[in-house]
Amino acid sequence: MQKNLAVSSSPHLRDNVSTRRIMQEVCLALAPAGIAGIILFGAQAAVLIAASVISAVLAEYFYQKLTHQKVTVGDWSAVVTGLLLAYNLPANAPVWLAVVGAVIAIVLVKQIFGGIGSNFMNPALAARAILFVSWATQMTTYPATRFMLDGVSTATPLNALGTGSVAGVNLSDLFLGNIPGVLGETCKLALLVGGIYLIVRRIADWKIPVAFIATVFVCYLIKDGAEMALYQILSGGLFLGAFFMATDYATSPVTNPGRIIMGIGCGIFLFVIRAYASYPEGCSFAILLMNVATPLIDKYTMPKPFGEVKQHA
Amino acid sequence: MNTYLTILIGSILVNNYVMNKFMGICPFLGVSKKVDTALGMGMAVTFVMTLACFMSWLVEHFLLVPFDLMYMRTIAFILVIAVLVQLVEMALKKLSFSLYQALGVYLPLITTNCAVLGAAILNSDTGYNLLESVVSGCSAALGFTLALLLMAGIRERLSLSQMPKWMDGFPGALVTAGLMAVSFMGFGGLIK
Amino acid sequence: MPDTQKKNAFQVFMNGLITENPTFVLMLGMCPTLGVTTAAINGIGMGLATTAVLICSNLLISLLRNIISERIRIPAFIVVIASFVSIVEMLLKAYLPDLSDALGVYIPLIVVNCIIFARAEAFAFKNPPVASLADGLGMGLGFTGAITILSAIRELLGSGTVFGAQLMPESYEPMAIMLQVPGGFITLGLLLILVNGIRKGLARRKELKAKEELA
Repeated sequence: MQKNLAVSSSPHLRDNVSTRRIMQEVCLALAPAGIAGIILFGAQAAVLIAASVISAVLAEYFYQKLTHQKVTVGDWSAVVTGLLLAYNLPANAPVWLAVVGAVIAIVLVKQIFGGIGSNFMNPALAARAILFVSWATQMTTYPATRFMLDGVSTATPLNALGTGSVAGVNLSDLFLGNIPGVLGETCKLALLVGGIYLIVRRIADWKIPVAFIATVFVCYLIKDGAEMALYQILSGGLFLGAFFMATDYATSPVTNPGRIIMGIGCGIFLFVIRAYASYPEGCSFAILLMNVATPLIDKYTMPKPFGEVKQHA
Repeated sequence: MNTYLTILIGSILVNNYVMNKFMGICPFLGVSKKVDTALGMGMAVTFVMTLACFMSWLVEHFLLVPFDLMYMRTIAFILVIAVLVQLVEMALKKLSFSLYQALGVYLPLITTNCAVLGAAILNSDTGYNLLESVVSGCSAALGFTLALLLMAGIRERLSLSQMPKWMDGFPGALVTAGLMAVSFMGFGGLIK
Repeated sequence: MPDTQKKNAFQVFMNGLITENPTFVLMLGMCPTLGVTTAAINGIGMGLATTAVLICSNLLISLLRNIISERIRIPAFIVVIASFVSIVEMLLKAYLPDLSDALGVYIPLIVVNCIIFARAEAFAFKNPPVASLADGLGMGLGFTGAITILSAIRELLGSGTVFGAQLMPESYEPMAIMLQVPGGFITLGLLLILVNGIRKGLARRKELKAKEELA
């Protein structure tokens, strides 16, 4: 009885066809960043992306077969998770890392909570954080791009900026992605193109990414001034996180004020972790923390529907 | 002033009792199905824990240390907490019946909330002074409340989703708590 | 449990060890279960320390059950349990200082381990000493077994060893998160799903068997 009347908070994506269309659009929007990653880091990036996507889809397929559910890999959501996970790995990460990450994302974070729309955390991000905490060495050794003169430099711009000066970081390299870093998040141009596409097509809401990036900018503006703030918003995983992961339907608030709060919260946590905690980058953790807070944000920003019926315990 | 801020942020975010120290897990798993009850429990714990840290400091420094009775610490502290919970319950009943009705059911559960005894013992081990002990106890309790509220929010939402049957109750709550703890790990190193 | 009186000591023991396993079935004492289980040796140490307290407190409370009045039983339990915990705490500090350091604050916290309190209230206060002793032993060993399994899994995946012996191949990259808080929560959650599945399977088989016998 309860089951048939269940109202899921978000997304209202029970219709497989519309889910598939949206997920395909997201894949399309993610394509430029992937292509940029392959150009910058070579064939190993392509191998990693393929491994991650294939493992994610297979994990979903076998989980649903084993638990006698309808197989829903046709909705493309596992593909998006696989892509996002690969974009969050260093391009020279071992393939097993991508496979383990994809299985964690699909099975532990998404499917055992009931599959698409039921998970409370972004699967790719949660898997990334688990990999990050477990295998810190593999997750933080970044390869140089193919266009860099000294092919061995592995200090990321974030490490350089962490010393408090923008010297030694080239703004156009930062924007085009010619920097050591994570596979899919170095090329800001490609991410911006994809992100704007999502917003124009109304797949993603502008409020979360804009509030997110603006908050980070303002925090650094107050702390270190305008130049540093500009460099900081172009560094690390901010663009990938803000456009593609903080906007995930299932794990972000559905109300408009809620979305602004989500963006600002992500920005503040990112700033705090990046500037003061022991991890150099806090984008994943910031979004995960706000994922955790999302149900409460929705609860307190939801307009009271007229004649609301008290929910059964 | 700085030490107090460090203690505050440290106990709420970085060394959150539930997310980082495995204390207060039983109420965290047991009383986190609804946001409203979670809030009530959190307030009751905050109230008792702050008082308990205050009282246990007094007991330690005016009773246990002068009479060379430190080996009685565990017994003394648990008795302080048990007595305190009783007194708080009686006082609430007399002074504010509405508050008593809101928090009353949670009070007996607090005696066996290991976060309260844990806070008193950790304060004593760290050697905090009276004010530091109270701030630390209060902020640890606020951190507990925060974790409890977030958990309750998620569980309210999960109860509407199509979670498999075998995830109902404890297994689902534990996996949820685990993923929450992953996100709290981002604060590592925030406080030295 | 209306039929406990009829059970002999062995049945009471097995009840604690398997049927009503405190960790997997009753879900009591979660804090030490999660807090100390980063290495199998800590798990077994914590389990045995708790068992010792549980046996002693069950026995004493059972012996005193006709003397302690119903109204002051809770404070009385607390004093009895806290005394035994203090004794165990001091013994560990004196004879096993390494284990004592590894278990840290969780040793005094045995006082508020709900298993001990719950057994005092639910069993020892209503049953004769021999049965209470058996209950304490069964519950204690059930707890020890459960947290040793949990800590062995965490140690195996988190450091590649069990009881300090290398079990994983050299090339295995330890999964550090298993030793941290999230690993504890998630491993116990998944383990519970497994145990519940097995219990359900066994119950169904028993039912089928009973039906067959009837038919």
